[in-house]
Amino acid sequence: MANFKLTKNKDNKIATVWMDQAGSEVNTLSVKMLDDFSGLLDQIEKDKDIKAAVLISKKDNCFIAGADIKDLMAMEDSKDVENLSREGNQILLRLSRLKKPVIAAINGACLGGGLEVAMACHYRVATTDKKTVFGLPEMKLGLLPGGGGTQRLMRLTNLRYALDALLTGKNIYPYSAKKAGLVDSLVHKEGLYQAAIQVASKPIKRRPKKTSLIDKALNTSFGQNYVLKKARETVMRKTRGNYPAPLKILDCVETGLEHGLEAGLEAEAMGFGALHATPEAKNLIGLFLAMQENKKLKNNNKTENVDELAMIGAGFMGAGITEVSIKNGYDVILKDISFDGLASALKTIWSDFSKMVKKKAMGAVERDRLMSKIKTTTDDNDLNAVDLVIEAVFEDLDLKQNILADIEQRCKKATVFATNTSSLPLADIAAKASNPQNVVGMHYFSPVPKMPLLELIVTDKTSKRARQMATNVGIKQGKTVVVVKDGPGFYTTRVLSALTHEAIKVLHNGAKIEDVDAAMKDWGFPVGPLALMDEVGIDVGAHIARGALGQMFIERGIEQDDTVQKLAEAKLYGRKSGKGFYIYPKKGRKTVNTEIYQYFGGGDRKTISKSDIQNRIGLIFVNECVHCLEEGILFSAKDGDLAAILGLGFPPFTGGPFSYIDATGAQQIVETLNDLEAKHGNRFSPAKLLLKHAKSNQAFVD
Amino acid sequence: MIFKDSKVAVIDGLRTPFMKAPTGQAQDLKAYDLAREAINNLKHRHPFLEHDCDMVTMGSVIQNASTSNIAREAMIGAGLDLNTPAYSVTMACISANVAITNTATAIQAGAIKTGIAGGVESSSDAPVKISHKLKKTLLQAQKAKGLKGMWQVIKDFKFKSLAPEAPAIAEFSTGLTMGADADQLAAKFNVSRQQQDEFALRSHQNAAAAWEAGVFDDEVCPMPIPPKFEVVKQDDTFYANSSLEKLSQLKPAFVRPHGTITAGNASPITDGAAVSLLMDWDEAKARKLNPQVVIEGFAFSGQNPHGELLLGPAYTMPKLLNEAELKIEDIDVYEIHEAFAGQVLANLAALQDETFCRESLGLDGAFGEIPMEKINTQGGSLSLGHPFGATGSRLLTSATRRLLESKGQYALISACAAGGLGSSILLKKIG
Repeated sequence: MANFKLTKNKDNKIATVWMDQAGSEVNTLSVKMLDDFSGLLDQIEKDKDIKAAVLISKKDNCFIAGADIKDLMAMEDSKDVENLSREGNQILLRLSRLKKPVIAAINGACLGGGLEVAMACHYRVATTDKKTVFGLPEMKLGLLPGGGGTQRLMRLTNLRYALDALLTGKNIYPYSAKKAGLVDSLVHKEGLYQAAIQVASKPIKRRPKKTSLIDKALNTSFGQNYVLKKARETVMRKTRGNYPAPLKILDCVETGLEHGLEAGLEAEAMGFGALHATPEAKNLIGLFLAMQENKKLKNNNKTENVDELAMIGAGFMGAGITEVSIKNGYDVILKDISFDGLASALKTIWSDFSKMVKKKAMGAVERDRLMSKIKTTTDDNDLNAVDLVIEAVFEDLDLKQNILADIEQRCKKATVFATNTSSLPLADIAAKASNPQNVVGMHYFSPVPKMPLLELIVTDKTSKRARQMATNVGIKQGKTVVVVKDGPGFYTTRVLSALTHEAIKVLHNGAKIEDVDAAMKDWGFPVGPLALMDEVGIDVGAHIARGALGQMFIERGIEQDDTVQKLAEAKLYGRKSGKGFYIYPKKGRKTVNTEIYQYFGGGDRKTISKSDIQNRIGLIFVNECVHCLEEGILFSAKDGDLAAILGLGFPPFTGGPFSYIDATGAQQIVETLNDLEAKHGNRFSPAKLLLKHAKSNQAFVD
Repeated sequence: MIFKDSKVAVIDGLRTPFMKAPTGQAQDLKAYDLAREAINNLKHRHPFLEHDCDMVTMGSVIQNASTSNIAREAMIGAGLDLNTPAYSVTMACISANVAITNTATAIQAGAIKTGIAGGVESSSDAPVKISHKLKKTLLQAQKAKGLKGMWQVIKDFKFKSLAPEAPAIAEFSTGLTMGADADQLAAKFNVSRQQQDEFALRSHQNAAAAWEAGVFDDEVCPMPIPPKFEVVKQDDTFYANSSLEKLSQLKPAFVRPHGTITAGNASPITDGAAVSLLMDWDEAKARKLNPQVVIEGFAFSGQNPHGELLLGPAYTMPKLLNEAELKIEDIDVYEIHEAFAGQVLANLAALQDETFCRESLGLDGAFGEIPMEKINTQGGSLSLGHPFGATGSRLLTSATRRLLESKGQYALISACAAGGLGSSILLKKIG
């Protein structure tokens, strides 16, 4: 058995099962591992010299990281997956009913199937180490925890706590786990094994769980029904029925509550197989794997890596980029023209870190040490020695060109210059550069610490080294990096512009603001396009529309009307000015700003059908994505999928715009576009590449 | 002692702005925050310090019990390599002076090559004690058994004992406040109220002029103060528009009604931190840091806290100069700590007082007059503020800068301290 090693202590009759998956940094649950485990149970059960066992990992930072997803993806027949879950549940049920106590000694990641194994043990002792984390993230992959997770978590903790964990897939940290009853005791990493042996050597004693009055009330069947009903409502409100997994999870929980553990486990196996068969799960898993693949550092050459970077511009973007940099090991020279600007960036970062300090996710001194990695300066000479400069000043071409020129004359010839822009063409910024090979675009999304995507822009002249250096920095900053080619609006801004443009068109046609946003949320976007414009800032959108992008769109029939300009002039910026498409009161929920209708043909609104709105806005987006691939802005359809989901909130369950075309059928999309073109004009004219795929019936993503 | 062929180069020095306490701009900061800010700025100015500093030594007077080794906590917070050792010293107002001389001695002995020495004070974070009575009551209450026992404790409790005890700057051994001592000392050496006010005015004017001339641009680092991160760029302790008239109207602060020391001619209670970078001469050369000034030697003294509390400069300056075989006129720059205008003037007067010099210092006659134009020409503690533990490092930075500006050869730093202590440090320009 390569993955397990059983050692016995004759004196105390305690067996120890060491998990150590060969050739891997982590332990994962696989078919093979389950088989091995079954054999181990036989051995523990039969051996008279064993009276208790400890289950512990040999890995440094991992108990069991979860099921092997590639294993799951490789199984084509969902019936097999269902059976796998059933068998796994049998084994874990046997474990939980073993007459000899098995103690799970947990350090590091204890996720998904790993947590399910731990929960089937008779006692859980976990370390307080920073790397120790629990969770059932299956929901995020469109699946459910198929190893008893929907059943045992609520029995160990309580229904509310379990539903929260199951339906968000969130990470649970040791102290919370202890408080909730998920683990029985905590100890420092160094003392884990000793503590587990101690527990194993005596009969297990547990103090009765303290339950709050509320939880006592909710523990009645009436209370349980109420909680489940509320949870279902929340799920529906949030997912709008686009995601089957959370509903299935609720079904399993309900079955378990009504008909007991074994019925619940059976429901789980059925549900697991059923979800495995859904395209949503396939797409979400595909997305997860693509992100993982993307996060691998592609090259670790010394010349393509830096320890220190210079950040020019201490605005909100500059602060965000600095924050993710220092948090991931970089030293940052933060330069701005005024010390007050620098201080406001420090404030932003400090506040973010202090929130973590409050949650005990970071120590106060740890925060101070991270902050000390920032060298603030107003002196350009402090930039002279750096290898990488990231610039995030205002979106002003002259300004950016001047900064680039200054960097070129004061820094080394090899210094890479990355410009953070969402719309200015890179070629323009580098137009006067003496070393254009050193210039790349790093388009971060706001707020930088939260948004997962980095759109990296290269021109024909950008060197491999510059591109690689920027990629490595982005990956180390925790970003998913998608490389695109220079062009008006690159990929994300361009596609987003097409979408917002159409949303405005729909408004001009008389639609209601709330209908437009609701339709697109139903379609799967997390935020409606008009609400999104409010968030980004209508003035920002207006600025972008004026540039090269607008010019290109006009040629394609996406005429640029001046409404957005007018809105910006009227200071209807959106959330930041308190008013845009919605009104944002200081307290309470936003409401539709009906006054804004004066820019869209007056207060008389009509109802435009949901599918009309969805087709117009959704498909103009998708069609624009294909244009980008056709023009070589995108290097692959996969990149386009990833960037649209992570950067623009394209419905994740579809797998991205290109996967969406593949699933719907290019021919079908072309037909709808043709209809729209006939009704609304040539901006809906299908991209040539789309026509080609429709004709050849060939998929974009393999 | 005078170092034989001193190797101790003074490379750099910087500080936070000095801010009035206890209700000033730094009132929410701890000494830890001030000190790490200063060390962090020094680290960013000399990035090698992150990994290649051999020792951090910090002085402080009022300790926050949770950071009693303030040097260690502050350098950790400032992001220095954790394998850098650090310790804290306390010697009242010359705490940074002793941090500096300890570091200098270690460099001269070859024990270390690079050291950060400085000090910090947060008078805003001064511990406020509960009364001894309340403490007793609380401890008894913990041990009391049953209602009867509890009643016994409560019965003896008096509301008066709830009042906390604010810290006072009073001598433990004499019970006198330092201001009262200085008042006495000024009177003893016939320093008039007007002389004191004139000296204070000079200090404020010098400080204002120095700020105006940009003298402190390299020394004082702008400090953003969390959580609002408003930036303090300048000391808020000096009054550019002070006048003799205004100063003369102030009432005596310590000895009423006849005393001469007022809030106007005494140094303000101050928050702040200052650090100096000291290095082995050759090491500094190897790192291309252009060493120019060395610490040539130093002297400490102890006097009777009764009556001679603040006469440290009068005791240590002659001692050190005689040992170095230098005369008053050989020194180009004097930096004398200004606890009180009266204290500085009394010390200067003492050195010209034949009786004092004979009887107390054991000299043959009066030591002599130190020319005023060589003293504290860019402000002093009266105007720039006096964070107790940090002042010594400010004096070193100021003396070094002024020595280089003066193109002279020697600078002398001197300071008095509570407990009847004194310190002088001699600097020499090389080449």
